Amino acid sequence: MDMPRSEVRDLRFDQFSVTKHLEHASAQARQRNYQDFLIVDVDSHHYENESYRELFEYIDHPVIRRAAIESTKRPGRSSMMNSQVGYQDTGGRITRHELRKYQKVPSDTHRDIAMTKLWMDAMGVDYACLFPTPMLFLGLHPQVEVEVAMAQGYNRWLCDRILSAEPRLISMLYLPFNDPDAAYRTVNEFGDRKGVVGFMVTSPRYRPVHDNAYVKTYALLEEMGKPISFHAAYNWNDQALAMTNRFISVHALGFMWFNMVHMTNWVINGLPERFPKLKVMWIESGLTWAYSLMQRLDHSYMMRTSDCPSLKRRPSEYMREMFYSTQPMEIPDDPSILEATFKMINAETQLVWSSDYPHWDFDLPSVIYDLPFLKEQAKRNILGGNAARLFGLDPKPVKTIP
Amino acid sequence: MAEWFVAKAADMQDGDRRIVTAGPHEIGVFFKDGAFHAYSNYCLHAGGPACEGLLINRVVDLIAADRTYHGQSFGDEMHFVCPWHGYEYELKTGECVGNRSLKLRKYDVVRRGEDIFVVT
Repeated sequence: MDMPRSEVRDLRFDQFSVTKHLEHASAQARQRNYQDFLIVDVDSHHYENESYRELFEYIDHPVIRRAAIESTKRPGRSSMMNSQVGYQDTGGRITRHELRKYQKVPSDTHRDIAMTKLWMDAMGVDYACLFPTPMLFLGLHPQVEVEVAMAQGYNRWLCDRILSAEPRLISMLYLPFNDPDAAYRTVNEFGDRKGVVGFMVTSPRYRPVHDNAYVKTYALLEEMGKPISFHAAYNWNDQALAMTNRFISVHALGFMWFNMVHMTNWVINGLPERFPKLKVMWIESGLTWAYSLMQRLDHSYMMRTSDCPSLKRRPSEYMREMFYSTQPMEIPDDPSILEATFKMINAETQLVWSSDYPHWDFDLPSVIYDLPFLKEQAKRNILGGNAARLFGLDPKPVKTIP
Repeated sequence: MAEWFVAKAADMQDGDRRIVTAGPHEIGVFFKDGAFHAYSNYCLHAGGPACEGLLINRVVDLIAADRTYHGQSFGDEMHFVCPWHGYEYELKTGECVGNRSLKLRKYDVVRRGEDIFVVT
C-alpha cells in the first residue's frame, strides 16, 4: 500500500534516476501484485554502441577489428557501423534518451546490467530478453563481412560480459543472415551458451527467408529446440518507404512491412511443413498486421493453392502456431476489436509480452494486465508463462519491486 | 478541501515547476508567462509522469491560402510533454493535444502572501 505523503520536488534536467523515472510503473506493479507471478520481457534493449570500445575487442577478423577500434577514437558514432535517419526521441521529448547518461550505477557491475536491472525491477520484470539498438539496422550494411564480424564480436561480448554475469538477462543472439554459412556457424558456436534462448534475425534486409541456403540453419535450430525470431525495424531508404516524410509514417509502416514480407515467404513456401517443430517468433510489429495478413493470405489461398502446394492447411492456421510479441500493442477504443485480434493469434498460448524499453514507444505490463476480456490465468500466460515455457525459464518470480 | 504548500512565489522563475505529492494526489505546478497551472501528474495514456517532461511550443504546419504546404514552425500554444511516450498537453487547459476531449485533472492554485499553494 502506498502511504499518503506530502513532498515538493524541483524538476532537474541534469540528473536522472531510472527508478524515479519509472516510479509510477512501480506503483502499478505493486497495485497489481506483480510480485506474485512471473513476468518475462521478450524484447528489451540496451545501447551496445555505449560499449563499442570493449565490444570491438571481441571481433575475430583482424582487419575489421582494427578498423572498428580505430573508429572509436573519433567523436560520434563508429564510422564502421551503418545507421538510419530517425528521430526516435521525438525531437528530445522522450527525455530519458538524453538523460540516461546521468544515471549512477555501482562501479563493480557492468553498466548495461545495472541499468537494465533498474528498469526491470521498477516495472516488475523477472527476466528480460536483451537486444541491441543500432545493430537492428546491421542487415542493411553494404559490407556483408562487417555484419558477420560484428555479429560474432557482439554475440561473444554479450555472452562473456553480460549473460554469463547476470542470470536475469537472456537473449536471442544476432544472426548474420546475409551470410547463410555464418548464420549456421553462429547457431553452432553459441547455441549452448548461458542465457542464449534463441536466435534473432533483424528484419530490414533483402534476403528471402525461403532461400535453400538457410535450410541447414533452420534444421539445426529445430533440432536444438531454440526459436528463431524476426525483430522488426525500418529502412527509410527502402524505395517505397522513402516516399514517407515523417518518422511516424516510416515507423508505422516499416515495422510491419519487413515482417509481413518474411512471414508471407515463410508460410507460402511451406517452411512450417518442412520444419514443423521449429518455433518462430515475430517481434515488435504490434498485432494488427498478423490479423490482417491472415485474412488476406487465407482469402487468396483458396483460389491459388497451386502457388503454395506445400501447404496442407490455410496460411492462418500455421500463423496461429507461431509466437508474437505484444509491443507496440495497438489499443483501439473498442476493446472487442483487440479481443478479436487476440482470438485470431491464439493469444493465450502464443502471445508474449514485451516492453521494448527504453525505446520511445515502450509498453508496461499493464497493457495486458488491465485488459477487461482476459482472465487472470491468460494475463499471466501472456506476461510470463508462455515465454517461460518457450525459453525453459524457472517460473518462480525473482524480481524486487521498489 | 486542503491546501498544500508549493513554493515561495519569489522562488519560481518563468518556466519553473514543482511536483507536489499531496496525500493521494501527485500534481505538477507550472509557472509560465505570469500564471500558475496545476495538473495531475498521471498521464492519461499509460500513467507516466505527465508534468515532468519538456515545455515546448506546439509544432504547426504552414499551409498557405492556396492549400499548399510550406514547412513547419513553432506556434504560440505552449505544451508540456509526458516524458515516457511523448503525449502532449496544452499548458493553459490540460487538454491532450492528440484528442482534445481528454483532459488532465486540473487543480486550483492560490497565493497566500508570498506563498503558493495548490488546492485538492
